[in-house]
Amino acid sequence: MASHLENQYFVPHGSIYPSILSVGLLTMASGFIFSVAIDKSKDLAYLQSPGKWMMILGAVITTAMVFKWMGAVITESLTNKYKGWEDKSFRIGMITFICSEVAFFMAFFGTLFYMRIISIPDLAGYDADITPYKNFLATWPSQGPGGIVLGNEFKVNAGMEFMKPWGLAAINTGLLLTSGATITWAHWALIKNNRTQLILGMFATVALGIAFLACQAVEYHEAYTHMGLTLGSGAYGATFFMLTGFHGFHVTLGTIMLIVILIRCMKGHFTPEHHFGFEGVAWYWHFVDVVWLGLFIFVYWL
Amino acid sequence: MSTTTITHDEEHHDHPTGIMRWLTTTNHKDIGTMYLTFSLIMFLVGGAMVLGIRAELFQPGLQLMKPEFYNQLIGVHALIMIFSALMPAATGFANWMIPLQIGAPDMALPRLNNWGFWLLPPSAILLTLPFTLALFGIGDGAIATGWTFYPPLSVQGGIGVDFAIFAVHLLGISSVMGSINIIVTLFNMRAPGMTLMKMPMFAWGWLITAFLLVATIPVLAGAVTMLLTDRHFGTHFFSAAGGGDPIMFQHLFWFFGHPEVYILLLPVWGFIPQILQTFSRKPMYGYKAQVYSLWAIGALSVVVWAHHFFTAGMPVPALLYFMYSTMAISLPLAVLFFCWIKTMWRGSMTFETPMLFAVGWIILFGIGGLTGLVLADVAADAQYHNSYFVVAHFHYTLFAGGIMGIMAGVYYWLPKMTGHMYNEKLGKVHFWLTAIAFNMTFIPQFFLGLAGMPRRIPDYAIQFTEFNEISTIAAFALGFSQLLFVYNIVMCVKGGKKATDKVWEGAVGLEWTLSSPPPYHSFTEQPTVN
Ligand code: HEM
Ligand SMILES: [Cu+2]
Repeated sequence: MASHLENQYFVPHGSIYPSILSVGLLTMASGFIFSVAIDKSKDLAYLQSPGKWMMILGAVITTAMVFKWMGAVITESLTNKYKGWEDKSFRIGMITFICSEVAFFMAFFGTLFYMRIISIPDLAGYDADITPYKNFLATWPSQGPGGIVLGNEFKVNAGMEFMKPWGLAAINTGLLLTSGATITWAHWALIKNNRTQLILGMFATVALGIAFLACQAVEYHEAYTHMGLTLGSGAYGATFFMLTGFHGFHVTLGTIMLIVILIRCMKGHFTPEHHFGFEGVAWYWHFVDVVWLGLFIFVYWL
Repeated sequence: MSTTTITHDEEHHDHPTGIMRWLTTTNHKDIGTMYLTFSLIMFLVGGAMVLGIRAELFQPGLQLMKPEFYNQLIGVHALIMIFSALMPAATGFANWMIPLQIGAPDMALPRLNNWGFWLLPPSAILLTLPFTLALFGIGDGAIATGWTFYPPLSVQGGIGVDFAIFAVHLLGISSVMGSINIIVTLFNMRAPGMTLMKMPMFAWGWLITAFLLVATIPVLAGAVTMLLTDRHFGTHFFSAAGGGDPIMFQHLFWFFGHPEVYILLLPVWGFIPQILQTFSRKPMYGYKAQVYSLWAIGALSVVVWAHHFFTAGMPVPALLYFMYSTMAISLPLAVLFFCWIKTMWRGSMTFETPMLFAVGWIILFGIGGLTGLVLADVAADAQYHNSYFVVAHFHYTLFAGGIMGIMAGVYYWLPKMTGHMYNEKLGKVHFWLTAIAFNMTFIPQFFLGLAGMPRRIPDYAIQFTEFNEISTIAAFALGFSQLLFVYNIVMCVKGGKKATDKVWEGAVGLEWTLSSPPPYHSFTEQPTVN
C-alpha cells in the first residue's frame, strides 16, 4: 500500500448542500417537464408558464448549492485540511469522472457512426420494388429520405447547406488547441512559482475559451438563419447539434471553472506543491479539447 | 501503526439529531442505513404494484384495470425494482461494509456519498408522481413502455415518459457518483498490507460493478436524452424519415442494459462466497479464479448486448457473433459456480438463515443462468422472445439471483449492523416461504411462455388460465411472506439477543474484529494486514 505522508484522513462534518442540490434538480426537472407538456397534450398548456418558473427556481437552487459546496471545499483546502492522502482521492475521483464523461460522448459518437454506417445505407438499400424511399441515396451528410413521422410529414430541405470544416470550425480548433497550450504554460509557471506567467496563462486560456464560445454562437446563428440547418434537419442536423451542443455546454462549464481558478490564482490560493483544484480543471479542459478534435474530424471534416 | 486516521473540522462531536442528522450526514454507516431502508421501502412499493398486475392476470379478460394502466404498472414496477430496490441495496452494503472490510476510516468522498443517496428520493418521486398527477386529471399517468423505453412508443407517450427520463438521469448521476466513491475508496483507503489480491471478494465484486457503471450509465443517459429531443425538439434520431432508426435505441439501451444485469449481480457474487465460507468453516475455494472470472464477466458483458433483440432483424454474422459471445459468458460463470460449490465441499456446514439463502440462491440463480443460455440460442429465441419464458428467466436471475442474494446479506450482516441477533426461527420460515412461493410463481411462467403467452399484455387465451391462477396465488404468498422479513428486521433493530463481535463462529474478515454495532467512526486506527 502506498505510504501515506500523513495518517489522518479528513472526513468533513455533515453538509446540507448535497440534499438541497437534489431538491434543486428535482424542481428543475419537473419544471422542464411541465413546460413542454403541451407538446404531447394541448390540454396541458396551462402548465407551461408555472413550469418555466419552476425551472428557473430549480436552476437557481442548483447553482447556489454547487457554489456553496465548492466554496466549502475551497475553505477546507485553504485551512490545510487536505494532505497527500485526500489529494490522491480527488485525483482518482476526477479521473473516474472524466471517464464517465467520455462514455457519455461515446453514446453520441456511436449514434453518428450508426447512422452513417448502418441506418442511412440500409434505408437507401431496399429493393427497388418495395422501398418507400425511392431515389434516396446513401450519401453523407444526409437529412434522411423524408416521410411521415408519427402522423406529421417530415420534408427534406433541398436548399439546406452543410457545415464546412475549413471555416469557423478550423478557427475553433486552433483556439482550443492554443488554449490547451496556454493552460499547460500556466501550470509550468505555477510549479516554478512564477505568478505573473501563471495569471497571464490562465487569463489567455479563459479568453480563448470565451472566443471559442463566441465563434460557436455565430456558427449556430448562421446555421439557423442562413443555412436552413436546424436540430430538425434529419440525421445530420440532429447529430451535428447534439454533439457540438453538448460539447459547447462542456466548454461553458469548463470556462466557468477556469474563471474560478483564475480568481483563485490571483488570490494566491495555489502553491507549487499543492494545487489539485488547478490540475483537476486543467484535466477537464484537456478532455474537452480532445472531444473537440473528434468532433472536428468526424462531424465537420470526414 | 497506531496513528489515528480521522480528523474533523473541529474537535467536537455534537452531531445533529433528528432529520438533520440524515439530511446532512457524511458518515458511511448512516448513509448505508439510508440506502438499505430506502431499498426496503421501494421493494415493498414495487411489490405492491406487481400484485396489481398478478391480480389482473388471475383470470383471462380485463377485470381490474385498463390496458394502459396495466402497462404503466409493469414499467414502473421494473424501474423501481431495478433502480430503487436492487441497486440501492447493493450500494447500501457497499457503504456499510467496504470501509469495515478494508480497514478504512470512512468512504473516501463523504459529501459526495451523501449526495449519491439524496438523489434517490427525488428520482422515486419522479417515477411515481405521474400516477398521482393522473388522479388530479393532469396527464395520462406513468410511462407505459415497460422499463426499456423503446421508441416509437416512448416518443409518442405522454408526460409519464418525460418523468421517467429525468428519473433515469437522477438515478444515473447517483450511480456514477456512488461508483466514483467506491473506486476511490478501494484504490486509496485500504489498510496497509491489504493488496488488491487480498481484498475481500465483496470489494472485488463492487470494484468491477463500479467500472461497469461508469462505462455504461452515461450511455443510457445519452440515449434517453436523444429520446427527449426526439419528443420535444424535432430531432430524428429514432425515426427512419430523418435517417435515424428506432432499433438504434435498442442498441444504445442494451449497451447499458446487459452490463446492468451484471451490475445488479456482481456485488452479490462478492458476498455470497463470504457467506459460504463462513458457514462451511473453511477458506474460500479459488479466490484467484473467482477474481479473474469476475473480470472476465465484466469485460464480456459490454460486448454481448444485441442478444436482447435477435428478432428485431440483424445480419446473420451479427446474430452469430452475439450468440457465441453471450454463450461465452457461461464459461467464467461456470467457474464461479464450481468455486462456490467447492467452498462448501466437505466443510462443517451449518444452515443458519444466511446460509439457507446462499445455498438456495446457488440453485435458483443456476436455473436463471441456464435458461439464459437457452435464450441466447438465436433459433430458439425466435420462439421465446417477448414471451413469459423471458419473464421467468429474468426473475430467476433478478429475484432469486438479486433480491434473495441481498436477503442472505441482510441476515448475515444485520447482527453486525444492529448489535442484535434477529429471530432465527422466523428467518428460516421466511426463507422457506420465499423459496417455495417464488418457484410456484415462476415455474408456471416458463411453461406459459413456451406455450406462447406474450409478456406485457393484460389479457390471455383461456388455455393459459390454470397456470396463471397458480402463479397469481403464489405471487401473493410471496409478497405477504416478505412482511415476515420486514417484521424480523424491525424487531432486530429495536432489540433482541446481544450479538457478539464475531457473530458467526466461522466469520473471517476485518468487519468482524470491530464491536457489534461498530463504533460511529469505524477504524480510527487502520489495522495492518499481513
Ligand atoms: C449466462 C447467463 C445469461 C444468459 C446467457 C442470458 C441471456 C439472455 C437473453 C438471450 C435474453 C433475451 C431474451 C429475449 O428477450 O428474447 C435475456 C433477457 C434478460 N436477462 Fe438474461 N441471461 C443471462 C443471465 C442473466 C442475469 C445474470 C440477469 C440479471 C441479473 C439477466 C437478466 C435478464 C433480463 C432482465 C432480461 C430481460 C430484459 C427485458 O427484455 O426486459 N440475465 N437474457
Ligand atoms: Cu443480456
